[in-house]
Amino acid sequence: MELASIEKLLEKYLDAETTIAEEKELRNYFLSENVAPHLQEYQSMFGYFSTSKNERFTKTIQLKSQKVNWKWLSVAASVVLLVSVYTGYQNNQQKKAEKIYQETQMAFGMLATNLNKGNAAISKLQYFENTTNKVFKQPKK
Amino acid sequence: MKQTEFLKTVMPFKDKVFRVAKRLLVSTEEAEDATQELYFKLWKNRNKLKDYKSIEAFAMTMTKNYCFDRLKSKQASNLKLIHSNYQEKGTPLQRQVELNDSVSLVHRLINNLPEQQKLIIQLRDIEEFEFDEIAEQLNLQPTAVRVSLSRARKTIREQLTKQHNYGIS
Repeated sequence: MELASIEKLLEKYLDAETTIAEEKELRNYFLSENVAPHLQEYQSMFGYFSTSKNERFTKTIQLKSQKVNWKWLSVAASVVLLVSVYTGYQNNQQKKAEKIYQETQMAFGMLATNLNKGNAAISKLQYFENTTNKVFKQPKK
Repeated sequence: MKQTEFLKTVMPFKDKVFRVAKRLLVSTEEAEDATQELYFKLWKNRNKLKDYKSIEAFAMTMTKNYCFDRLKSKQASNLKLIHSNYQEKGTPLQRQVELNDSVSLVHRLINNLPEQQKLIIQLRDIEEFEFDEIAEQLNLQPTAVRVSLSRARKTIREQLTKQHNYGIS
């Protein structure tokens, strides 16, 4: 392409009056080997544009939200809370029951020892009666 | 809209979305997140997409708005920091190496432009949209787009010429 027309195009380019096709023409000129020496500063500019155009988005796009759904998290948390409160309550109940059971056990134990004391007294009484029977012979019936 | 149909309409311009986002947000990770977020939004609004004349233009507008929001938001302070770090000239040796790499120089020149011009350069010179399309995407008059674009191109050209002459003399 003629140098004169390139210069004219550049002029238009700087005033932002070139069309896409004309800009492509300019780009092709500056990407080619033989660029006029006084226009060389444009080379890096157009070179940069065409390399930038090749940059790609390489990651895969996810359409589903990757964010944690806080609504569901709160539901889960409340469920956990309910369960833990419930089990805690259960545990507490059981402990209370055990305590009551132990107290009752102790009370029964005390009752039993006291009863045994009574038993011993009764057995002594029995002994006393036997001896009485020996001393005073009982008339036969 | 079914998933396959949706993918067929929106996937062709995913690279464009990504590149525009990267132009505005600078960091690749940020741009990837933005693209992901944008497609998720499009998917959520898939039933409304039919009402738009051009889904691509709509997506571009969304990208622009999303990126500007990101830049304005709290995290933007972080981004800004990276951005200004990037502009730091550093040691003379480093600078020289950077200057030799003229492509990275153009990259820096574009990144130093005002947001609007940066975006328009991206949309026109890299994505090759027509002026009417850009005007629609950015909610501007086509003449305003031309003016901004012309300014941006001239700025880059001036800087490049300066660097070029500096290299020779």
